[in-house]
Amino acid sequence: MKKEEIEKIIFSILKQIAPDTEPSELALDENIKETLGIDSFDFLQFIITLDEKLNREIPEQDYGKITTMSSLINYLTQNMK
Amino acid sequence: MKEITKITYREALKQGVREALQNDERVFLMGEDVGRYGGAFAVSKGLLQEFGEDKIMDVPLSESGFVGAGIGAAVAGMKPIVEVMTVNFGLLAMDQIVNNAATLLHMSGGQMNVPVVIRMGCGIGRQLAAQHSHSWEPLFAHIPGLIVLSAGTHEDARHMLAKALKSPDPVIVFEYTSMLNIEKEIPVNITRVDISKAKVRKVGKDISIITYGIGVYKCMDAANELASIGIDTEVVDLRILRPLDEETILASVSKTHKALIVEDAWKSVSISSEISARIMEKIFYELDAPVLRLAGVEVPIPYPLHLEDASVPQKNDIINAVKKMLNHD
Amino acid sequence: MIEFVMPSLGADMEDGTLVEWRKKKGDTVKRGDIIAEVETQKGLIEIEIFDEAVIEKLLIGPGTKVPVGSPLALINPIHDKAETIVTTTAKKDLIHPIIEKEKTPASPTVSSDDRIKISPLAKRIATENNIDTSTLSGSGENGAITKEDVEKSIAKKLKGALSQEALGTTTEDETASASISIRAAVAAAMSKSNREIPHYYLEKTIDMTKALVLMNKANKERPVKQRLLPAALLIRAVALSLQEVPELNALWDNGLQIRSDINIGFVVSLRKGGIIVPAIPAANLKTIDEIMSALNDIIPRAKALKLRSSELSDSTITMTSIGEGGADSVYGIIYPPQVAIIGFGNISEQPFAENGMLGVRPIVRVTVSADHRATDGLIGSRFLTALNRHLQNPASL
Repeated sequence: MKKEEIEKIIFSILKQIAPDTEPSELALDENIKETLGIDSFDFLQFIITLDEKLNREIPEQDYGKITTMSSLINYLTQNMK
Repeated sequence: MKEITKITYREALKQGVREALQNDERVFLMGEDVGRYGGAFAVSKGLLQEFGEDKIMDVPLSESGFVGAGIGAAVAGMKPIVEVMTVNFGLLAMDQIVNNAATLLHMSGGQMNVPVVIRMGCGIGRQLAAQHSHSWEPLFAHIPGLIVLSAGTHEDARHMLAKALKSPDPVIVFEYTSMLNIEKEIPVNITRVDISKAKVRKVGKDISIITYGIGVYKCMDAANELASIGIDTEVVDLRILRPLDEETILASVSKTHKALIVEDAWKSVSISSEISARIMEKIFYELDAPVLRLAGVEVPIPYPLHLEDASVPQKNDIINAVKKMLNHD
Repeated sequence: MIEFVMPSLGADMEDGTLVEWRKKKGDTVKRGDIIAEVETQKGLIEIEIFDEAVIEKLLIGPGTKVPVGSPLALINPIHDKAETIVTTTAKKDLIHPIIEKEKTPASPTVSSDDRIKISPLAKRIATENNIDTSTLSGSGENGAITKEDVEKSIAKKLKGALSQEALGTTTEDETASASISIRAAVAAAMSKSNREIPHYYLEKTIDMTKALVLMNKANKERPVKQRLLPAALLIRAVALSLQEVPELNALWDNGLQIRSDINIGFVVSLRKGGIIVPAIPAANLKTIDEIMSALNDIIPRAKALKLRSSELSDSTITMTSIGEGGADSVYGIIYPPQVAIIGFGNISEQPFAENGMLGVRPIVRVTVSADHRATDGLIGSRFLTALNRHLQNPASL
């Protein structure tokens, strides 16, 4: 899957969780949770939906590696099979 | 350390006068019978022996004359404390007070201050009948150029004079003759009490009771009794009747949204009517009920005790009024 | 219409007992007529009326003792200028003129019925919150609408807004107005709480190492969908601790009323501001997994304002959790009529001393704000101790 496609999926999930924000305007190095005001419950929903759409289970200990758009996309593309 | 002593209102006044005489050599006390007799209400008893005739001055029985002399002494650089036996006789000196004391600063284009302090006994409670029992605070509080203080507690009786003597302008201090023999506890080694503002004597949330003078202890007693049935009143002691401390009054009523004003003076054109008007003008949209006033009945104060009691608000009237305003059964 | 009240027949009269009505509903009376007989400390008194009026309703029956000033009957004056009612022996009143029956002009009550009697403050609050005051009934003096009446109506409106949304017809506008109502409801409830409840506050620092190790281990073995959040563990631990210290799981209504159900209200912040507190019912009877699935069900609905009214009203205690990265401690304001709110700060790594050793541990600061009318600090402290014990034995949760 291409980087752009992944990005698009991420944006649509985030928009669903935080409908009053514009995820596509996130800068690459901005902290996603802080910028969009996402709490731990929302974040769990995000991880669940990512798993549904990309078939990727992100283990809890990796949460620290996916805090920004660039690190998240990096993480997802690198481990993509 | 806060040491407490129990003293009478009379003794509190006397300590205030003695302290003023000790602290400033320009200060002297003048009035009818203040020297040899020790004061009509024995407030200055012993001060003649302690300070001598230059400082404790008996004057002829002429209010207009000796209040005028006091004003003259103040203009000439002294700090006179003029004692007028009761405010009822102060009416005889009204021309001096209004036309000279209150007006000279203005008439002299700001060149001449009149730092005179006039102490007056005030209020009822001793069966002295109409000519000796009236509450004239509103009359004096009406006059621009005067500062009008009211000592409703022992602590203020003790410390109000020092505040008054600091003023460059004429100050009337009202003292309450019915309270002279009442004993209360006050802190001993406090040298200054801030009397620049009204004082919230009891903090509460349900209703503001605004009062002064004789009303203070009555309202506090009522507040304590109301507290026992779960009504949390705030009691505001005005202390300064002119200029009014609007800020404290409005802050309190803005918090409780209800105001009861209590005074002994006649109800029409009084301190309470002034406060009621200002509340309405400034914080109408904070009011959750009409302002209520308890004031003196508009008759000359009668001589018989039961009628005298009936002519001014009492503790139970205050309690009933508060219950009524709060719809408390 | 005006009230005919028990007259004061002197300062010492506090109440009177109605002995007999001399008139009945519908009778027309004129000035000087005897309307009733009242037994007082001074004997049997005939009560006159001073107006021409029609008796609309007799409010109390013979044998009833009522305080001075209580309404006895409603009468409808025939002439608009009708003034007062008052008493038999007016001269007695001179003894105590302070509580003189001020001649309240009857006109405001009898004249225009469409004029709403409302205090300026109540009117201001009503306008700010879009409350139609003509629908309110007043509890103040002479039926005036007061601040309290308006606040009650705002709270009611909020419930209405929510149940309407539960039906699923939410437009953008409705969501916006619901969020305004929520703000107003939070404002009203919190103001009332702060005004009326004497809060006391306690705090305990709790080591979360064992609980988190257990949770992380469990999460590793689970599919994403069944992962747990610390909140689920904390709710479970709170529920078990409340079983041991039931005094905090209670309501205050003229006294402490301990509840047997433990329904934990969980504070959910709304994205547009404001909070909403859905209940997790019978939390003590649920496993951690059941609590987690309850959260999964209720939190998204709470955020979308699609809750049922029972989910909003059944809480017996409230719990608020600041969540990851936020403030270290939170001192809540009790949601009346509950008697306590439990606050969890952000779980963060901190130096922590135990058994003479210092280590870096994930810790959480837990607070209790409780109603001092209902319980004392000792109870709150017992609760925190129990909570700590449960979190140090997470296997038994």
